[in-house]
This record gives sequence, structure tokens and C-alpha cells, in this order.
Amino acid sequence: MSEPSIGAAIAGVVRRDLLLAARRKSEPLFTLGFFVLVASLFPLSIGPEPELLRRIAPGVLWVAALLAAMLSLGRMFAADYDDGTLEQLALAPVPLMAATMGKVLAHWLVSGFPLVVVSPVLALQYGLPADVIAMLALSLLVGTPVLSLVGAIGAALTLGVRGGGVLVALLVLPLYVPALIFGAGAVDARLAGLSPAANLSLLGACLALAALFAPLATAAGIRISLE
Amino acid sequence: MNWGSSAEFLAMGGYAFYVWGSYLAALACMTLEPLLLALRRKRALERLQAERTRHETAA
Amino acid sequence: MSNGLINWFRYGSPQSFYPLAGRMVPWFAALAALSGAAGLWIAFFVAPTDAQQGEAYRIIFVHVPASWLSMFLYVIMAGWAGLGLALNTRLSAMMAHAIAPTGAMFAFLSLWSGALWGRPTWGTYWVWDARLTSELVLFFLYLGYMALNAAIDDPRRADRASAVLALVGVVNVPIIYFSVKWWNTLHQGASVSLTRAPSMATTMLTGMLVMAIAFWMYSIAVALARVRSIMLEREAHTDWARELKETA
Repeated sequence: MSEPSIGAAIAGVVRRDLLLAARRKSEPLFTLGFFVLVASLFPLSIGPEPELLRRIAPGVLWVAALLAAMLSLGRMFAADYDDGTLEQLALAPVPLMAATMGKVLAHWLVSGFPLVVVSPVLALQYGLPADVIAMLALSLLVGTPVLSLVGAIGAALTLGVRGGGVLVALLVLPLYVPALIFGAGAVDARLAGLSPAANLSLLGACLALAALFAPLATAAGIRISLE
Repeated sequence: MNWGSSAEFLAMGGYAFYVWGSYLAALACMTLEPLLLALRRKRALERLQAERTRHETAA
Repeated sequence: MSNGLINWFRYGSPQSFYPLAGRMVPWFAALAALSGAAGLWIAFFVAPTDAQQGEAYRIIFVHVPASWLSMFLYVIMAGWAGLGLALNTRLSAMMAHAIAPTGAMFAFLSLWSGALWGRPTWGTYWVWDARLTSELVLFFLYLGYMALNAAIDDPRRADRASAVLALVGVVNVPIIYFSVKWWNTLHQGASVSLTRAPSMATTMLTGMLVMAIAFWMYSIAVALARVRSIMLEREAHTDWARELKETA
């Protein structure tokens, strides 16, 4: 039997994960629901003054998306770890890194991309103008994959460990800081009428770095957790 | 010499709370840490002693 | 040359390193006390009063060395962790675990002294400048390392998992620092930078260096003492541990 190519392997993993997610439609909805809820809490706590809300919107919406993405991390590998599929993936003739990339991609499609799609609606709630809304969606489009990639490392290291989501949060939130700064910074810049180019390119650089190195650390983490 | 008297030294030009707050915190941390470590060592040796007795009676 | 190589790896086992570490602790403790005394002397009796900040600036002799050590110790910790991963040695991982609490302590001290310095100088206990904010993130990186190590029951799995985390962290620290600095310069209006402290007189720099050395010697002493306790805890079932002459 010939070994499948890397691309085919990744596609296979993505297809399987998407199929599983389609059967459990509740999961992406939980992530979205959390995103909307958190975004709604801030006006309730700060007051509905439009000028103030507009100013804090980029940061608040980015933090809400970040927290929603982080909460979904527990589901990235846990099910496969529990039923032994992850072990099979590790033993398969395909590099574990490829399978990992597939799982991260599938996870982002299910838990990260929906945040991008819903963000304009929330941005309207905060009274952001159209071009800023577009920038928010763009920054999340580039940023949420970073969150999935980096978060995968935390998810892999904590498989089957007690402490659950809070432990992953503690591990992963410090690593999220650069993406948050550049992502929210791009939207802030657009809101202030300045160029978001620098922030966006730095965010893109984060994505490139994460795509290159995170799968390696994640695969290492999975192997360690499987021992 | 910077200080005319020990009272001046303690007062730190009015900033006594901040300066001494920092140095005392440093002193506290660097005393507490070795102390906790001594406690940890003591407990580890006690457990080792228990392990030793268990091993000897089993032998 | 092969003799030298064999000698090094002989100390790679907990059994042989345990007595060596025990002999080293008092020496480093003594060095810490001596350099600490020298540093404090410079801090209070040699360094002159600052024209702008008065006596409050003397906090610098605690704050800056603590910051330096917190960052330095993280790199050393990650180094030991990486070594443990690469060579699959227990002792390297134990050294990393031994360093972490001390590093976290210095990060905390840096934040604490930074806050106390900020209040009289800039008016608030917390200043969102790049250095303090990065220090806060570093503190959480330490906590994450210790939490992960504590959460995993199997010691070897804990060793390897926390090692990966430490390596990921050490790669991220420059990125995080850069991003925070970036963020700080963009929002420069409200915040002030503690790095623009009074220009360094030579005595001030010397004082900070001597205090840094004192903290460093202290860290080595504490880490060596701690790794001994870790060894006692983890090697309790081995013959060499049982045959130790120490009593409780």
C-alpha cells in the first residue's frame, strides 16, 4: 500500500473532522453564542454611551473572539484522544505534523471562521463604521488561525489532564498577547483614521511563524501526551 | 555619606513606605523561599525515612 | 579528553549530583550574602540622591536586578528543559523545575517594586509601560509552567510537557516583548516609561550589577537546594536514596 501524500492526508483529516462536527452542530454554536454573550456584557457593565462603545469596540470584540476561540480548544483533540483515534494518527505512515495541521484547520473552520462571519453583526451593535467593520473582520480572519495554531499547543500538552479549561487558559493566554495587540491594533488604527498596514503585516507575520512552528510543538505535545 | 542621622536614613526623604516596602518585600521573599525549601526537605526526608523502615521490615 | 567527557556525564545522574549540589549550596549562599551586602552598601551609602526622584529612585536597586534575573532564569530554565528533552535525562528536567519558583518570585518582586516605584514617581501604582507589562506576562508564563508540571501526575510526562511549554515560551518572550513595546509606543500619550529613568550614573549601574550578582548567587544556591529536595521526592524508591545518611 502506497503512503498517502501529505496533502491528501491533511485533506482526509479535515474531511473527517468536518463530518464529525456537522453531526454535532451544537459545538460551533456554543462558540458563537459565547462570543455574542461576552460582547453583550460590556455595554451592560459600562453603559450604552455610543462614543465610549465605539472607542472600546475593537479591543472588546477582539478579546471576546479570543476568549471564545480559547474555550473551544478543549474540543480540538479531546474526543480523538479519548477513543484512541489520536493514537492511530500518531502511528499512521503520515507525519503526525500533517495530521495535526489538518485537525487545526478543521477546528478553525468550525470554531474560528464563524467568529469572523458574525463579527460584523456585533460591530454594528457597537456603532462601528463600515470600513472599521471590514477591518475587524479582516483582522479576525488573519488572527483566529493564529489563535487556533497556538492554542493547539496548549490543547495537546494538557490532554487528559485535570484542571481542564482553566489550565489551558493559563498556558495559552500569555502566548495570545501579540496576536491580540496587532489584531485589535489594526482595527483601532482604522477607527482613528490611520493606516492599519503595520499592524496587519505584523499579524500576518505572527500567522506565518505560527503556521511554521506551532504544528511541530503540537505534534511533540501529542506524542508526549500519548505515552 | 548620604545620611545625616539614622532618622534621615529611615525616612528616605519621605519615601520610606515605597523604598522600605520594596526592600522589605525582597528580604521577605528571600527569607521565606529558603524557609519553605527547608520545610520541603524535612518532609521529603521524613517520607524517605518511612520508606526506609518499610523496606527494612519487608526485607 | 574522553576522561573529561565521562566525568561530566557521571554527574548526570541524580545519585552523583545530589552530594555535589549539597557541597555547592553553602558556597553560593555565602557569595550571595557577600555581594548582597556590597550591593546594599552601594545602594544606600555610595549612590547619591537623585535630583528628580529623590530617595525613591533607590528602589531601582531591587527592581531592575529582579527583572533581569526573572528573564535570565527563564532562559536558563528553558535551556535545562530543552536539554532534558534532547538527552532524555531526568536530572535536566529536575533542574528546570528547581529554577521555576525562584524565577517566578523575582518576576513578582519586579512587579511589586515596580508598583511601589511608580506611585511616588508617576502617581499610580500600576503603569502600563512595556517593561512592566511584559514582566506581568512573564510571571504568567512561569505560573503556567509550574501549573502544568503540577497538573500531570506522571513525572516523566510532566517533565516533557513542561519542557515543550518552556521552549515555546522562551521563543515567544521576545515576540511578546516586541508586541508590548509596539503597543506601548502607540499609546504613548497616557503612559510613561520606567525605562526613561534618570540617566545612569556609574555608581547606579554598579549598584544594580552587584545586586544582580547577589540575586544570581542566591538563585543558584536555592535552585541547587531545591533540586536536592526534588531528587529526594522522586527517587524515594531507589537504593541510593534509601542509603543516605541524612535523617529527618
